[in-house]
Amino acid sequence: MKARITVTLKNGVLDPQGKAIEHALSGLGFDGVGQVRQGKVFDIELAGTDKAKAEADLKAMCDKLLANTVIENYAVEIA
Amino acid sequence: MKSAVVLLPGLNRDRDMIAALTKISGQAPATVWQTDTEIPDVDLIAIPGGFSFGDYLRCGAIAARMPVMRAVAEKAAKGVTVIGVCNGFQILVEAGLLPGALMRNASLKFVCRQVKLEIANANTMFTRGYQPGQVIRSPVAHHDGNYFADAETLARLEGEGQVVFRYAENTNPNGSINDIAGIVNDKGNVLGLMPHPENLIEAAHGGEDGRALFQSALGIAA
Repeated sequence: MKARITVTLKNGVLDPQGKAIEHALSGLGFDGVGQVRQGKVFDIELAGTDKAKAEADLKAMCDKLLANTVIENYAVEIA
Repeated sequence: MKSAVVLLPGLNRDRDMIAALTKISGQAPATVWQTDTEIPDVDLIAIPGGFSFGDYLRCGAIAARMPVMRAVAEKAAKGVTVIGVCNGFQILVEAGLLPGALMRNASLKFVCRQVKLEIANANTMFTRGYQPGQVIRSPVAHHDGNYFADAETLARLEGEGQVVFRYAENTNPNGSINDIAGIVNDKGNVLGLMPHPENLIEAAHGGEDGRALFQSALGIAA
């Protein structure tokens, strides 16, 4: 099984990197770029075929390591 | 007074911390490695600065999940004094021993300079050697020292006197909320701070402003 985890900053958390990217995009001449927020993507391969167990495991991985839930949200997708 | 220093791959201020503790306490600290599951009986555990595990994932995130940090958490729960400096602060936050998070500096730049610190609470085991409101100097060197906590946590930290060090005189180098440079846990025995007091403890450093912090934590009279 393949899974993709997307980690994004929570609303209200300052994202200076996103801000810098936003300015760089405007500088390249892309008009109409609004707010940019930077996040992370993890592609994870899993043994086994039990989707429900995989989802529970992936959520535990996010809570324990992949995301810092003080500042970040996460979303889990299983292909 | 006995102390121990936690060693992890990628830390680079460990020798500075060992030197400071040796000079101030009169005996060399024990060292514990990332895979150690037990820490000897000591009065103080220090987690030095650096770039543990290359700052991969998030600063301090991998280090915080190493076996030695479970041992640190057990000692902290028993009341042993713990100090985390710079990456050590990031590790304590990632390990859940201190609240909040340390984010990329607002300037996006690595800062390496001297800042001013106000003693925001002189009534802690780490700051009793300073005067309330006293302003001291300290070096900083980091890329991710921008302290953040949600409004509720921040109100609790401020209300309970857990904000111990604050950047003073417009020297906030990283955009930290409320100019926070260092905090303690609710029990008051775990301190995390971004500045490097261990690098300002003797005349050869250009001053001794950081010395009282270690003397206070070790219970050594100035």
